[in-house]
Order: sequence, then structure tokens, then C-alpha cells
Amino acid sequence: MKHSTGHSASLDFAQPEPLDLSSGKYVKLWQGPQHPGITGNMSLELTLCGDEIVECKTHVGYLHRAFEKLMERRTYIQNFTVVCRIAVPEPTFNEYLYAQAIEELSGIEVPERAVWLRTLNLELMRLASFLMWIGGLSGAFGQYTVPNWTLAHRDYVLDLFEEMTGARIYHMYIVPGGVRAGLPDGFEQRAREIMDSTEKLLVQIERVMFNNTVFKTRSKGLGIITPDMVDPYGIVGPNARACGFARDLRKDEPYLAYDQLDFDVVTDNDSDAYSRAYCRLQETRQSISLIRQCLDRAPTDGPFQADMPNVLHWKVPAGETYVKAECTRGEYGYYIVSDGSEYIRRVHVRGPSYTHAIAVMERLAVGTNIADIAGLMVSLHTYPPEIER
Amino acid sequence: MLERLQREFGVTDINELKPGLTSLKVASDKTETLIRELRDREGYTHLNFMTVIDYIEDGIFTIVYMLHNYDNKDTLSIHVDIGRDGEDMVSIHHLWAQAWTYQRELREAYGIRFPGSPRLDEDFVLEGWDQIPPMRREFDTKKFSEERFGHREGRSSEEPREHMKVKLYPNRGGDEQ
Repeated sequence: MKHSTGHSASLDFAQPEPLDLSSGKYVKLWQGPQHPGITGNMSLELTLCGDEIVECKTHVGYLHRAFEKLMERRTYIQNFTVVCRIAVPEPTFNEYLYAQAIEELSGIEVPERAVWLRTLNLELMRLASFLMWIGGLSGAFGQYTVPNWTLAHRDYVLDLFEEMTGARIYHMYIVPGGVRAGLPDGFEQRAREIMDSTEKLLVQIERVMFNNTVFKTRSKGLGIITPDMVDPYGIVGPNARACGFARDLRKDEPYLAYDQLDFDVVTDNDSDAYSRAYCRLQETRQSISLIRQCLDRAPTDGPFQADMPNVLHWKVPAGETYVKAECTRGEYGYYIVSDGSEYIRRVHVRGPSYTHAIAVMERLAVGTNIADIAGLMVSLHTYPPEIER
Repeated sequence: MLERLQREFGVTDINELKPGLTSLKVASDKTETLIRELRDREGYTHLNFMTVIDYIEDGIFTIVYMLHNYDNKDTLSIHVDIGRDGEDMVSIHHLWAQAWTYQRELREAYGIRFPGSPRLDEDFVLEGWDQIPPMRREFDTKKFSEERFGHREGRSSEEPREHMKVKLYPNRGGDEQ
């Protein structure tokens, strides 16, 4: 296991020389912005020589809604309708980090019960997101059975969100001071049943997808991230763990109840698309274990919300903070600056896709066959809205 | 370490924001050497992000570099003030492979130039944008929308705080008391 490699002087991350497009050797092809093999609406401008990619440029902006700018014009509480939309399959991490940043700047203590409910909420989100991702990767390699299974099971997890928060996608459940509600009657039993069925599903997925010769042949050796790329490119999450870096904010800088939960950081050493996928499969299993632990240990009574002032009078003291959490793709962060007024002065959302989908993708795509570009892209697990913000 | 940075790089305004997160300020002409020193000798190998805070009232942009040290789990928030009106900033594209992307974004969003940074003038998020850089405080999104897209019947916007008062206290005509 590696922790830090420093920077390699030999690693060349200069931009490539321009190609002579008039030579007749190259073809330009746009992958996306609408394509089933694209993770959200973004596009790759590919230059091909035969069926091999010789240059790749990532284009984003198709989902740009100026979230950060909008947030400067809304009161702190109003921004909760904005933050959850920054990473559609994982809104909860945005809610948590935004709330956490306000709490830090305002000196608000969150009750113990809310800490556990937040942890449960985040792990359910991780499970739902991974289920969608596994289906996406399988589909990108032409296997369409697994996506049907995983999307159905993701919907069962969304049922749990609906019970817990009242909403399936944009929950707005984690708010400054705690959460909006406790668990409804019978939730624990239903959650355990869904965890049991999902665990069985993962066994089937491992057999059908990960032991499948076609999937193995196409994903092994594809998009290898070498260890000396990790720090210079800012690679985090399973993309870094799949090449041996045992970095996970839940362990390294524990937040919420993670220091009381029993889990190990999942790593691998092959650092290709298969290896990243296998890491995520193990982390999906781990997430089920963490959800069960939260259900075992979350207090069932006591306050779930701290005493808070009227939302019309929220004024966050002047200051700045950076808070971060381990989302499914690695370090997700909120940098917030307050000038003491009712409106936020500046918010910057740091999503792992920013580097994974641009600098890393543009490098890994070169030398790849056109047929594998969708699989490579999904294997990096990127969401465009957190790039465009 | 911080004392040495003060001595050698003229670092000022050191402020521990919370355990493991410290902010500091450095002059723009010392920024590249300070960041290189932190990366190569002090173990701050991870560039979390780069961003800008627009202090229009003071006529400055504060560029923020967030650097993290994985070994001692410490993060530095490095602030650099530059003039808002056309002042260039030194590029760090040669220090991190994703730094040029941030600089390209800041060029588009705030109009800050980073001479030497690759693909700086390529559109990032806003294809064909011909207005002032939109993240600058003087760019009025509401005014832009009204001018660009015209009025649509049935849509209106309210001043948030006053609107919420009326919604929350309808029987008192929006009177909180």
C-alpha cells in the first residue's frame, strides 16, 4: 500500500503537439453529449487514426446552471434547493457538506442521533450511486442484463429514501443543525430486507459480469493509471485506491460516525478499468455492511435537530472553511466564504470529476480503441454538473 | 514551517481556521516559488482546487490555492491578492497536471490571465460567451436573463427574504412580530 509518492520529475503532463489534420490520416469524432456511454451530458472530441484515439479533448457546459453564482444571490436556507442538484446521482454529499460548512462557521453542534442518521443517509446514497454505476459500466461493455438488475435495486434504495426523507432524488434531508426527521416506523426492517436482497444481487453480478470473459478481456489493461500520476493529476477515491493508494477520508480524517464503524479501505494494484470496477464492487458490499452497522447503532430517540434561529435571520459569521467527505468517487469538498451577511460571499464546489473527466481522461484516452472509450469513461466514474457548477 | 515561510517568502495573515486547516497570504510574485516549495519539500502534494473570491469593493481578486499534505493530514489555504482590472497571475500548470483546467476556468469566469497556461483561451463551460466574465460580482444574472430571454407571462421573482416572510406569516401580512 502506498500513501504518498511525491511528484515524479519524469512525468510529462505537457499538452501534446497539434496534429496535422489536413494530412488525411485523421478523423474527428464526437462522443456525446448525447450518448448512452457518456456519464451525463458531456462530450469527448476524439481524433482518430484508424480506430485508435490519438487525441482527446473533453467538452463540458451542457448542464451548466451557474450553481455557484446562483448561491451568492440566495439566502443560506434557500441554497438547499440548489446544492443537491450539483451531483444528481449523489445529492446527499452536497447537502451534508453545505450543512457542515455552515455549522462549522456558526459553531453549531449536531445531536448524536442526527450524526448517525446522516451517516446512514450518506451510505444509502453511496449504495444507490454504486448500483447505478455498476449497471452503467456493464452497459458500456455491451452487457445489458446487469443494468436492468442494478437499476431495479437502486429503485428499492430510492424507496428507502422516500420513506426516510419524503423524496427519491433530491432529498434536502440534511440541514444545518441536524436532519429533518427521524426514521419512520418499520424502516429498519425494510432496510434490512433490501440490504439482504442487494447483497445476493452482488453475488450474481460478480458471477455474470466480473467473471465474464468478454468483460475481463476488454476491461483488463484498459486505462491504466500509474502510481506516479496520482498526486500530479489529483486522482482520488477508487481511481487512486485501485492503484494501491489506501486513501479514504472516512478513515484518514473521520467525520460523522465513521470512526465508530468497522471497515477497511479497499485497495487493488492493477489500476485498470477492471481493477477500479472490482474496488467499487467491494465498496458496494462494504456500504451494505456500514448501513447495517448504522441501523444497529443509530439512537432511536433523542433530538435530531439542534435549536436553530429562525431561518429568516440566519447570518453566518464572517470567515472561511473547507469541508470534505468521501463520496463514491473520492474527495468531495465545499469551500465557503462568509462576509457575515445573509448571503454567501463565495462557494466553490470541489468534485473529483474535475480532474478525472478532463486531465486524466484526456491522457488515458490516447492509444485506446474507439470501441473502448465508453467503458474507459464510465470506469473513471465522472459527473459533469460538478465540473461546470 | 510557518515561521520559515514567513521569513523566506514573506507570508502574512497566518490564521488557523480549524485543526488541520490554515489560511495564509503571499504576494503574487512569490506564489509560484512558495507553492513549489510546499509541494516538493513540505509534502503538500495534493492540489485540492484553485478558486477566486471577488472583492469588488476593494478592487481585488483573491486567488485561493488549497493544498493538502496526505502524510500529516494538513491543508493550507493560500491567498493571493491581485488587482481586478487586467492584472496577470503566474501560472502553475507545470506543477500539477490539472492546474491548467482551473486556470482556463478562472480566465473564462473572472477574466484573469495566466500567461503560458495551455489552452487558456479555449471555451470551458460557456461556448461563444460575449459578455463580461460572468462570475465577476458586477455581472447581474437577473438583468442578463431579462435582456436575453425576455419576459414570460406567469413568471415572477421576489426578493427572497421578504417573500419568505409573507409565506411564513400570511395571517400577519408578513409581520414577524
